[in-house]
Amino acid sequence: MFGLEALELARIQFAFTITFHIIFPAITIGLASFLAVLEALWLKTRQEVYRDLYHFWLKIFAVNFGMGVVSGIVMAYQFGTNWSAYSEFAGSVTGPLLAYEVLTAFFLEAGFLGVMLFGWNRVGERLHFFSTLMVAVGTLISTFWILASNSWMHTPQGHEIIDGIVVPVDWFAIIFNPSFPYRLAHMAVAAFLATAFFVGASAAWHLLRGKDTPAIRKMLSMAMWMALLVAPVQAVIGDFHGLNTLEYQPAKIAAMEGHWDNSEGGPTPLLLFGWPDMEAEETRYKIEIPYLASIILKHSLTEPIPALKDFPPEDRPNSTIVFWTFRIMVALGLLMIVTGIWSLLLRRGDRLYSSRPFLRLVLLMGPSGLIAILAGWYTTEIGRQPWVIYGLMRTADAVSNHGAGQLGLTLAMFVVVYFAVFGVGMVYVLRLVKKGPVVSEGREKGAGGPGEARTPMRPISAADEAISHEQGDQLGERN
Amino acid sequence: MGIDLSLIWAVIIIFGIMMYVVMDGFDLGVGILFPFVQDSSDRDVMMNTVAPVWDGNETWLVLGGAGLFAAFPLAYSVVLSALYLPIIFMLMGLIFRGVAFEFRFKVVRERQHVWDKAFIGGSLVATFFQGVVLGAFISGLPVEDRAYAGGALDWLTPFSLFCGLALIVAYALLGCTWLMMRTAGDLQRRMHDIGIPLVWAVLVVTGIVSLWTPLTHPDIAERWFSMPNLLYFMPVPVLVLLCAFGLLRSIQRYANYTPFLLTLALIFLGYSGLGISLWPNIIPPSVTIWEAAAPPQSQGFTLVGALLILPLILMYTAWSYYVFRGKVSAEDGYH
Repeated sequence: MFGLEALELARIQFAFTITFHIIFPAITIGLASFLAVLEALWLKTRQEVYRDLYHFWLKIFAVNFGMGVVSGIVMAYQFGTNWSAYSEFAGSVTGPLLAYEVLTAFFLEAGFLGVMLFGWNRVGERLHFFSTLMVAVGTLISTFWILASNSWMHTPQGHEIIDGIVVPVDWFAIIFNPSFPYRLAHMAVAAFLATAFFVGASAAWHLLRGKDTPAIRKMLSMAMWMALLVAPVQAVIGDFHGLNTLEYQPAKIAAMEGHWDNSEGGPTPLLLFGWPDMEAEETRYKIEIPYLASIILKHSLTEPIPALKDFPPEDRPNSTIVFWTFRIMVALGLLMIVTGIWSLLLRRGDRLYSSRPFLRLVLLMGPSGLIAILAGWYTTEIGRQPWVIYGLMRTADAVSNHGAGQLGLTLAMFVVVYFAVFGVGMVYVLRLVKKGPVVSEGREKGAGGPGEARTPMRPISAADEAISHEQGDQLGERN
Repeated sequence: MGIDLSLIWAVIIIFGIMMYVVMDGFDLGVGILFPFVQDSSDRDVMMNTVAPVWDGNETWLVLGGAGLFAAFPLAYSVVLSALYLPIIFMLMGLIFRGVAFEFRFKVVRERQHVWDKAFIGGSLVATFFQGVVLGAFISGLPVEDRAYAGGALDWLTPFSLFCGLALIVAYALLGCTWLMMRTAGDLQRRMHDIGIPLVWAVLVVTGIVSLWTPLTHPDIAERWFSMPNLLYFMPVPVLVLLCAFGLLRSIQRYANYTPFLLTLALIFLGYSGLGISLWPNIIPPSVTIWEAAAPPQSQGFTLVGALLILPLILMYTAWSYYVFRGKVSAEDGYH
């Protein structure tokens, strides 16, 4: 199919399904913590704006959560269907870590999510807040397990290989492998930032249309405090993560920097622009800043960073891709920092909510966090190639023995179904955003519960907005 | 070491799949029965009977997959890669259907029929391919060097296709008797009308599968029909017939609860029959649970979490079914 080998098709399929999937959990992680903060502020200050915002973002959280569950079902099976050799070789490590994730998520969904989504008027406020808090903690615990599993594939330790199979020896060492703390921090903070910019863009959209309410102002303000304070922190975490990668996966760093040759020695420049050419073994059209890569990565004016030619061609990751995905991520991160600083300057002149150029930037930055997450994941995962478990198993040996025909067929089906299904889901989320926060939501007595006629239970049913806006009232009546 | 971790895990996974079959079975069945009910508000009622619980039901499928991966990675990798296409088709069906569920209630009436079709189609596709997966699994998967050694379309046999049809009929009966229990009035009467032919259909397909399996699998025939096994296992087919008889009687007297409970018993008996045929193989015809087991370090580590959390999940599930008991009428909605 299009001249692609089965291996490439399997990789594209995994990349496609996980690209769709990651968007939902990222926003779920961020929104869960945001909601916990909103509820805490409501309980502490009793300002209605926090309660209104809580109810507004709760609906969006619910839809997101639902989409994450549906797209996650596929992920639970894809290791076996497409990567059976990997599953057989390393299932004794990956399996338990993923099982713990599922158990945690299951427990969270079973217990506290229901109370959080539908219990506002049915349980005491402390119990409700506790539930929100547990959901927020639960999303982070899920992140913990998934990233432990992923990080082990980057920096495996704590195992032995017996009879050609990975056997866990020390679970603590497996979970807390060298790249895990950095990756976990980087991803969790990325989820917070992505959510902050999504929230900020929602506020900017309303403000640009002249809908200026205290709740919308509060949304923008909170999002911009996050941008100001957390975006620089993320840059620092990213820097530490990079140093860790330099230690454990030098070839990935060389590929990210498009740096080929150290035969002349001396410090490595930082490339601002370039086109790494894997065939010609050089980076074309370079625009470089002398010394900077050595300064950033080696804290040295003389020492070079690793070069791709230090590694045999079959061990080199694709520099053309990771060079650019890395730069996209960093550029977006810098833009986030700039946005945060600009917001601080505007606060001084009290123009935060009225400066149109600024609001337009914030609106445009809406998807920036999600794009940065994807670009970052592409960098780290493609940068690990040709290994699926770094130094232990090559991706080419991990794949199931399927023909290109059936992989092409299923990939085409995934593309069609995902765009149809999750496309509708995303349109629905945007429609909820467009509606905006409603004043005094959640004060009315909610129907439902034992003995009540109407009891919403599932995540998406927490959002009762109709898909077709015009018909909303008619539907509201029926529901 | 007195503890057989593989055995414990096999029991957990068999139980998890059983929960899935029973619980997602009736809500898939509701989707399969949609074409027999044209009235839009009746369809609302049907959906509302399963709306609060369907996604919890499907989580058992994820749990089954993850448990299999953790405890029996060899089985996970061989079975899933051998049955690649039918499993992917099943997942697609489940996605479509899951989202149709949500969005059907959120669109205008005139557009509902689109999501109705997605719901029916998704339910049929998911059920059919679950049956195909089951049939191909029973038929056995060749394994060499700890990897699947068969072809991409080996699952495509008359037997597995028939199992797909059989499961559609079985889930339809499960959905039908579920609706007898959870609805009233015209809709309930309609289900009682459909119920009788469905029971007969289930009896016929069960009979065919029960004969076809031993006829084509001498080792399974050997297990059932040798002495003294035959005596030990005889209660299974006898109880199937008794259940079916009770089922027909209870539907004829328009009972509310009994048909569903007897259908559950039928499904359980069928599942037991399957277990008798296959035990202790986790990849029929030759790989046992012990051969496919993960190292004890992996099984033990995961078991701690499973034993802590599964009871809580079960308690919560029981509670939510308790909350949503009783009849659903057109005025109710969970949205």
